[in-house]
Amino acid sequence: MSDHHENDFHKHGHQPDSYHFETRTIHFGGEIDPHTGAASVPLYMASTFHHFSLDEPPRYDYSRSGNPTRYELERYIAQLEGGVRGFAFSSGMAAITSAFMLLSAGDHVIVTEDVYGGTYRLLTTILNRMNIETTFVDMTDLERVKAAQKPNTKAVFIETPSNPTLKITDIRATADWARENGLISIVDNTFMTPYHQRPLELGADIVLHSATKFLGGHSDLLAGLAVTRDERLGEELYKLQNGMGNMLGVYDSWLLMRGMKTLGARMAHAERGARRLAEWLAQHPKVEKVYYPGLAGHPGKDVHERQASGYGAIVSFDTGCGERTKKLLARVRIPIVAVSLGAVESILSYPAMMSHASMPPEVRRERGITDGLVRYSVGMEHIEDIITDLDQALADL
Amino acid sequence: MKIESRLAQIGSQHDPATGAINFPIYQATAFRHPQLGESTGFDYSRTQSPTRKILEEAVAELEGGDRAFACSSGMAALQTVFSLFSQGDHLLVSLDLYGGTYRLIEQVLSRFGITASYVDTNDLEELERHRTSATKAVLIETPTNPLMMITDLEKVCTWAKKHGLLAIVDNTLLTPYFQRPIEWGADIVIHSATKYLGGHNDVLAGLIIAKGEELAERLFFLHNSIGAVLAPHDCYLLMRGMKTLALRMERHQQNAIKIAEYLKTHPMVEQVYYPYFPSHPGHDVHHKQSSGNTGIFSFRMKSAETIPHILKHIRLIAFAESLGGVESLMTFPSVQTHADIPEEIRRRIGVDDRLLRLSVGIEHVDDLIADLEQAFARAQKEVGGVFA
Repeated sequence: MSDHHENDFHKHGHQPDSYHFETRTIHFGGEIDPHTGAASVPLYMASTFHHFSLDEPPRYDYSRSGNPTRYELERYIAQLEGGVRGFAFSSGMAAITSAFMLLSAGDHVIVTEDVYGGTYRLLTTILNRMNIETTFVDMTDLERVKAAQKPNTKAVFIETPSNPTLKITDIRATADWARENGLISIVDNTFMTPYHQRPLELGADIVLHSATKFLGGHSDLLAGLAVTRDERLGEELYKLQNGMGNMLGVYDSWLLMRGMKTLGARMAHAERGARRLAEWLAQHPKVEKVYYPGLAGHPGKDVHERQASGYGAIVSFDTGCGERTKKLLARVRIPIVAVSLGAVESILSYPAMMSHASMPPEVRRERGITDGLVRYSVGMEHIEDIITDLDQALADL
Repeated sequence: MKIESRLAQIGSQHDPATGAINFPIYQATAFRHPQLGESTGFDYSRTQSPTRKILEEAVAELEGGDRAFACSSGMAALQTVFSLFSQGDHLLVSLDLYGGTYRLIEQVLSRFGITASYVDTNDLEELERHRTSATKAVLIETPTNPLMMITDLEKVCTWAKKHGLLAIVDNTLLTPYFQRPIEWGADIVIHSATKYLGGHNDVLAGLIIAKGEELAERLFFLHNSIGAVLAPHDCYLLMRGMKTLALRMERHQQNAIKIAEYLKTHPMVEQVYYPYFPSHPGHDVHHKQSSGNTGIFSFRMKSAETIPHILKHIRLIAFAESLGGVESLMTFPSVQTHADIPEEIRRRIGVDDRLLRLSVGIEHVDDLIADLEQAFARAQKEVGGVFA
């Protein structure tokens, strides 16, 4: 091997901080296999690893505890989010479950009011049996968060923008308050991804992702990711991941990295389209309300602009009634009508009957998740095709 | 249909679109709804996915249960089952249990107010002594790992039923090819499918099989909500492995018996723990409830000193954790799989610094014995006069 090649190997392990986000998604340190020069991380399907000697335990001994392919992904997301330890889980819910299990029986957690239905279900039907107490709060107002604090409060769980009504929480103010009060702050960053928003840089302790969504980006894998701000929380979360065994498989770890390489390009395209779509919907006579943090008049717009570099690819809107929405869902041709979001294909969801079906109807209505509300996840199609399609679907409703 | 035929046919002829002999890997996470309120049966792949469904149905049938659930690892299967319990609940668990299970109970579940007593699960008097009004379940491993202790499934499952406790059986070491605990009264069977079912040391997976629709529904809810589900590619690999389960188990057993017999007469070995031997205290019960022997057993060396040398010199057999693969693996339980169990418990049950565990693969048995022979000989030479 020539010196030239060796220098190249060395160079590829190093990422100057000056690199822009898009460059770091490609040159993240693991992109070149040091043994063969392969331009893609190999899939180490091994469940177990040989110990060459009893005195020198190998770096990896069992894939649940650590796997070279999964490790590259975990390092990759930690770097993109600006944290110290990353963890890959079998689904977003597995990541969220693990984060909540940092708490113990008797602890209390304050959670964003219109949190994802699955998180709501976990807290109100499973973790409640383990005596984890939850208060759901409208986090657009920090005073309400403060008012919810109890002597046994241990954590604050933020989703911003929230799902599906895209309410904004001030991450820095909430995380600062949490730190002053000795609470862990956890942010579900699924909607923004580190491309638009990096909560750890704003003071949060843990960032979570349903990587099934924008990070994976192709509706072809389930995955959850977590990144911690410090080693101590990282070690606690590692014990849970290894102890409960809900880590991500090797093939899906690789597939996720493959998706993440195009994150910048995908997010930029989808966000541009979503901005155009939100403005178009806001002018449409058949649409009663549009939820998008980029629209003038969105109550969280200023806060969002301070903490994120874009508005994201999700636009929710309300047609005013369930009947009209059902017609709309039957008429659209471009988006797949399905749960999930954040994919190359546009996805149109009906929260009341899909993602938030596990929430009781009265709680749902209280949170603005009406029978007329739909959530549009803008994909990689051309935005004018998306608008033309919606225009024909909304006509004569 | 015999089990060999069912195993070979897993997933075949299930794809209506093409007739493909192997079921396709559906990577899709989301599924289009034909119209609102209508579903193809698949909405979101955490809840259910086509490839996982084929695997789960096959496993439920093999174990004689009503429904099965595939999880991201054996520990995830266990954690999902443990989520049935609530603060204040109490479990009866085998004293000789996998270190990861012990760690999960003591480091995680204990923080949520769920406690366990570690008992000899074959001893009804001891079970009765530790049973309280808060006891909800008994978790049985038979044979146990690594000491191969046997529990009478019929006896203990009947006792559990009488007291309204769930009987949960970890069937990892025998697989449904040799033992089907639900037929003896178990409510839930779990597997680390990473082991014999997968069989190739190339996939982590866990399985839960439930008997009874109500229990199955509760487990389905937890499986979906906690989200520690098995991915489609790994479901495929697991099914692919299971197609050769019958062949592999036969060969594992054949090889293990020969090696266990070889070790039994070896002057450096004090004892071999394997229910195949008529002298094993659980021999009769084991052969009543199982149709064969697993490919793993443990043995105690006369001298602890020889162990590092043996582990250094084995060539064909790899020194690694895990078991149940086509490759032979040797494990030193006290520092590997069972390191998280306090020394006091380990000593009481005999997982000490003289115990080795051998997962016998499907290589030719003569090569495996030759590898042990040379490693033992070199170890003896290096340790010196001790055995001279």
